[in-house]
Amino acid sequence: MRNAVLAVMVLGAAQLLRPALSAEEAHHPLDWENWHAGNEVTNTDSLQRGARNFNNYCSACHSLKYLRYSRMAKDLKIPTEQLKAHLMPPSATPADYMQSSLQSADAIAWFGKEPPDLSLIARSRGPDKVYRFLKTFYLDPSRPTRANNLVLNNPAMPPVLSALEGVKAAVYTTTKSTVDGKIVETKVFDHFDTVVPGSMSAEEFDGFVRDTVNFLDYAGEPAQADRRSIGVWVVLFLLTFTWIALLLKKEYWKDVH
Amino acid sequence: MASNDTPAAPGFMGWLNKRLPVQQFVREQLLEYYAPKNFNVWYFFGSLALVVLVMQLFTGIFLTMFYKVGDTSAFDSVEYIMREVDYGWLIRYLHSTGASAFFVVIYLHMYRALMYGSYKTPRELLWLFGMFIYLALMAEAFMGYVLPWGNMSYWAAQVIINLFSTIPVVGPSLVEWIRGDYGVADATVDRFFALHVVAIPLILLLLVALHLVALRQVGSNNPDGIEIKEKRGADGRPIDGIPFHPYYTVKDVVGIGVFLTVFAIVAFFVPTLGGLFLEEANFEPANPLSTPEPIAPSWYFTPYYAILRAVPNQRLGALLLLIAVLAFFFLPWLDRSPVKSVRYRGLLFKFFLGLFTVSFLTLMYLGMKPATGAYVTAARLAAAGYFAFFLLMPWYSRADRTKPVPERVRFHA
Repeated sequence: MRNAVLAVMVLGAAQLLRPALSAEEAHHPLDWENWHAGNEVTNTDSLQRGARNFNNYCSACHSLKYLRYSRMAKDLKIPTEQLKAHLMPPSATPADYMQSSLQSADAIAWFGKEPPDLSLIARSRGPDKVYRFLKTFYLDPSRPTRANNLVLNNPAMPPVLSALEGVKAAVYTTTKSTVDGKIVETKVFDHFDTVVPGSMSAEEFDGFVRDTVNFLDYAGEPAQADRRSIGVWVVLFLLTFTWIALLLKKEYWKDVH
Repeated sequence: MASNDTPAAPGFMGWLNKRLPVQQFVREQLLEYYAPKNFNVWYFFGSLALVVLVMQLFTGIFLTMFYKVGDTSAFDSVEYIMREVDYGWLIRYLHSTGASAFFVVIYLHMYRALMYGSYKTPRELLWLFGMFIYLALMAEAFMGYVLPWGNMSYWAAQVIINLFSTIPVVGPSLVEWIRGDYGVADATVDRFFALHVVAIPLILLLLVALHLVALRQVGSNNPDGIEIKEKRGADGRPIDGIPFHPYYTVKDVVGIGVFLTVFAIVAFFVPTLGGLFLEEANFEPANPLSTPEPIAPSWYFTPYYAILRAVPNQRLGALLLLIAVLAFFFLPWLDRSPVKSVRYRGLLFKFFLGLFTVSFLTLMYLGMKPATGAYVTAARLAAAGYFAFFLLMPWYSRADRTKPVPERVRFHA
């Protein structure tokens, strides 16, 4: 809601400024801070793709320790044969929780810390932030992983999706301001330039990330689709109940003058 | 006793009434208990508070069947409830939404008392019991908030328990005694569980019983602040009163229906209410090495939290917080007005009540924001408004130009 109000205000301001800007091409920095994941936890196809993506790109390091393979298969309508063939390590059984095979000593040696469990990441950070995180990796040769991120500065996580997305370089604009008589230059992120193209187009990669975040949102609260569908009936019942109670009250209160 | 004089009715009810005054209780407490007929929408919140209390007890009992106390098991067991227990998510959301709903209802119930002078004589004790319920509820809510052992649970416990360290001399050892350890730890969550599920609910039930007995003794106030017992008809019944049952039972059921509808919309569709009812930081396990930014208590404590942070000196801030809560206790004696209801008070009272309302809501908002710059200045202004309502009350309630109170309550069928 606040974002909507803000958007209206910004649009209004933009309308006012239009004549001034029309002479030269209006310049817009990449508005990544306002990106939204656009989650739909009732979209089973998207969740299935997200589960596949998670299994292919995340599960080697990240666990979903509160989610069982069987629960995921049931909620996402994945047949048991497919679950066993494609979405589970051979050593696991469907009733197992989704653990990663990464040993914690290895993780600390390779990344400096253990990759966090992602069961509740969409709840603790919000799906939008996870989406922005996965879409704003960029080239940074000073880092051991040669990558940095706009959402999480100096992440331990390597840019595991760069084969799909490609490698991006961050382009900054420099603004000069005078602070205490000294000229200070501040670098402000402007946009990304693709350095090496990936195997996916920008649209395909965006869909890939959205499906993955959608799946993580589901994993954060597997009952949420049930919750909403039951909720509709509960509210309809309560409205009917209240209406009948109101008629009863009116009938009784006819006597009160 | 009336029931002993009447010949015993035949059948089971006769047998029962001879041994337990069921019929007598129903007659005296419901059928012949006369309540003012001019209750408005503000008078729903008392019965709603009872509804929420029962719901919290009921859902709480089911949660204790699956919750596993302890610093290494609490967080996991809450996720177990959310995922593996049949309808565990529903029970948990009803309980977490119920906690916030309790405060919504109680705050509105208290505000009703402020507007219509329900704390004034002869209802001082009724008001005091209510205030003790409010204190017990704050303790209950705070300890319940710690039990899921999320990161905000941990840090809220840290901040709130540390408030006691500002008490001179005994403060530091008192804090250690409350925590049961040198820091907030396993011992803390274990004892909070015991207090949350046994000790404080017992105290709450006792206080609610006393509140209801005191209410029955003095009778309800009403939006006109007129004592209906003083105007009786030829039959000895209050002219402006109507039997509680059936009139107010059927009316309260409507209120409960509306309340439960709103409640269900929150519990089923937006149980976190954008981080207001369940904070995002509490979906991470307690972590003593990672402080959430900013640390904010639940929304129902934020007015007091804003007062605490508005003062640079922590000891003074904690003292002001204490005064801010306890000030309500003194209302019956601070208020010198000859009339009860805001309807017949003058502009002065209306101004100060308005100031209090704005200040309280402003403080509530500021308590969720970081304590920096303009927010602190605003919190200081709002705190001044909050305290002015109480401290200046002996003056403005007497100096106020009140209007004449009518003989009978205003009621339009």
